[in-house]
Amino acid sequence: MTRVLVVDDHALFRAGVRAELGERVEVVGESAGVEEAVAAIARLAPDVVLLDVHMPDGGGVEVIRRAAPQAPATRFLALSVSDAPADVIAVIRAGARGYVTKTIAADELVEAVERVADGDAVFSPRLAGFVLDAFAAGGRGSGADGVAAGASGGGSPAAGAAGAAPQDAGDDGLDQLTQREREVLRHIARGYLYKEVALRLGISVKTVEAHVSAVLRKLQLSNRHELSRWAVQRRLLDGDE
Amino acid sequence: MSEHVARPPLQRLPDEGMIAGVCTGIARHLGVRAAYVQAAMMLLTAFGGVGIAIYALGWALLPASTAATAPARPSLWRVRDLRGSAVSREVAGIALLTVAGLLTLRQLGLWLGDELVWPLTLGSVGVALIVRQADAAAAWTPAELRHPLRGLRDRMRGDRGADGRRTVLGVLLVGLATYMLLRSTGTAQAVGNAIGGIVVLAAATALVFGPWLGRMARSLANERTERIRSQERAEVAAHLHDSVLQTLALIQKRAEDPREVASLARRQERELRSWLNDRPRKPVGESLAAALEETASEVERLHGVPVEVVTVGDCPLDERTAALVGAAREALANAAKFAGSEKVDLYAEVGERTVELFVRDRGVGFDPSAVPADRRGVRESIVGRMERHGGRAVVHTAPGAGTEVELSVERAQAPEASVRAREEAS
Repeated sequence: MTRVLVVDDHALFRAGVRAELGERVEVVGESAGVEEAVAAIARLAPDVVLLDVHMPDGGGVEVIRRAAPQAPATRFLALSVSDAPADVIAVIRAGARGYVTKTIAADELVEAVERVADGDAVFSPRLAGFVLDAFAAGGRGSGADGVAAGASGGGSPAAGAAGAAPQDAGDDGLDQLTQREREVLRHIARGYLYKEVALRLGISVKTVEAHVSAVLRKLQLSNRHELSRWAVQRRLLDGDE
Repeated sequence: MSEHVARPPLQRLPDEGMIAGVCTGIARHLGVRAAYVQAAMMLLTAFGGVGIAIYALGWALLPASTAATAPARPSLWRVRDLRGSAVSREVAGIALLTVAGLLTLRQLGLWLGDELVWPLTLGSVGVALIVRQADAAAAWTPAELRHPLRGLRDRMRGDRGADGRRTVLGVLLVGLATYMLLRSTGTAQAVGNAIGGIVVLAAATALVFGPWLGRMARSLANERTERIRSQERAEVAAHLHDSVLQTLALIQKRAEDPREVASLARRQERELRSWLNDRPRKPVGESLAAALEETASEVERLHGVPVEVVTVGDCPLDERTAALVGAAREALANAAKFAGSEKVDLYAEVGERTVELFVRDRGVGFDPSAVPADRRGVRESIVGRMERHGGRAVVHTAPGAGTEVELSVERAQAPEASVRAREEAS
């Protein structure tokens, strides 16, 4: 059974999550703050940490930053009421495997925890929206260029494919979503579950998971202007506190 | 002929010239090199200052070129390069012209005497510097009041340092002018004694009252901080009172109706969240995203089913997007009323050419072919409305499989132009 640590500075909310997760996962502990959480992760080595984004002393970002190096097997899932893209993107870029809002239904939360424990990424519709926004802003032009380049190279399909492959693997690939990834994200944003997305696109759930994980990786590694701006903004806010 | 047409208008080129761009402007107009005009101007100056008069007239009368000029040509010596900004260059130009004008007057014999004119000139420059400064300087902040010396030091440095330095320079100039005047009238000695007395007196007063004055300044600063803080607190309290407390009261009254309670809580959450995020909500009329949020919360309020809104991109509302919002409202209301779904998802994506919108529920679904003719909701309010505005509406559904309404509409051709048109109209 998946071993879960719940980190939130509100006792009421921790109790609520514990009740919702019920018997289906094993809640091994609760922490009310950054220090406590870092110690608990080192001691308990849980599979999944359900992490509040907003806490005193640096919040979820700080917990991941300090605890992740000592617990490589532990995965983090952000759970928050926060809606500001800057906060959400910052915690993802710090290393969280997903983001869900506190209004999530119990069944979906359990499913999300298990998915993260398996090493996959969990995107709520809202996060999918943020990501599409971040990768779209200012990038639509370059995306259209890519399409145009592909079309002009259509005369010699082999050359076109050979040209596209290294670009995807290179640094440029990090700053753009592929057509398929965009399609998957749009379905998630529309409220489809992974298995429904798979059904609609005619691919397997595993493939959907792979696409989402790829997007997560891009989100964490990309230096896209929008993403870095959000990260910087967040860090500046932390510095002020 | 063609050369005549191509000739640039007579105007100053302040970005390219050395002082105010008069000579450069004339040279450009005549089609000769600026250096010739400048040399001619200097030559004229040697003849009783005529050049200066011409220059001053040119400065006053010629319009400055407003066209964004090409990056200034590299020049070896321009006053601007020596002393930074264009403003200081202009100041230097004015100063030089003034001095030259005064020297000319002196030469011509229209003169009140060295001992009167120079101090007056210096003094007026100093006063001008200080007065100019007095408008621009912001009021002292509480932090600066608490540590006046540190505040003064900060004001002399950094970005705002220029202002502080200018004030000090002005004071020095006025002091110098006063001293020169006093000296020339022979009263310097007496005034010196008086000043000495005043300094001693001031020092004694400072010793006696200094600590008390310092305390007063500090308490003033504290009071100001406190006042700002309490204003903020009052604002937050007012907001919480108008929103959160009202909702809590309503929730207590409706405790027996969980649906209603949930919808109240959700509406409050939405509202409080937008307030906390401090996104200055665009007026509903200007933003599709804001209009959709508004519509969603309205449907939530009417039907008690939560609506999750995700938007990517945004655009202004026009006739077509307004129709889109209307159709979306109908789709949301249908989903909330008939589907029996726990929640409804709304997703809108504003692309370069089209706006796409999806309303999805996981409810009972229906058989589209079996819809009774009197249920006009889908046929008229959604499909019909979209088609009238050049858009498209597709309903994907089957019994038991939930429903998704897919809407799309072309954006107005030139988004920028339509925004401008709206701004002009309003």
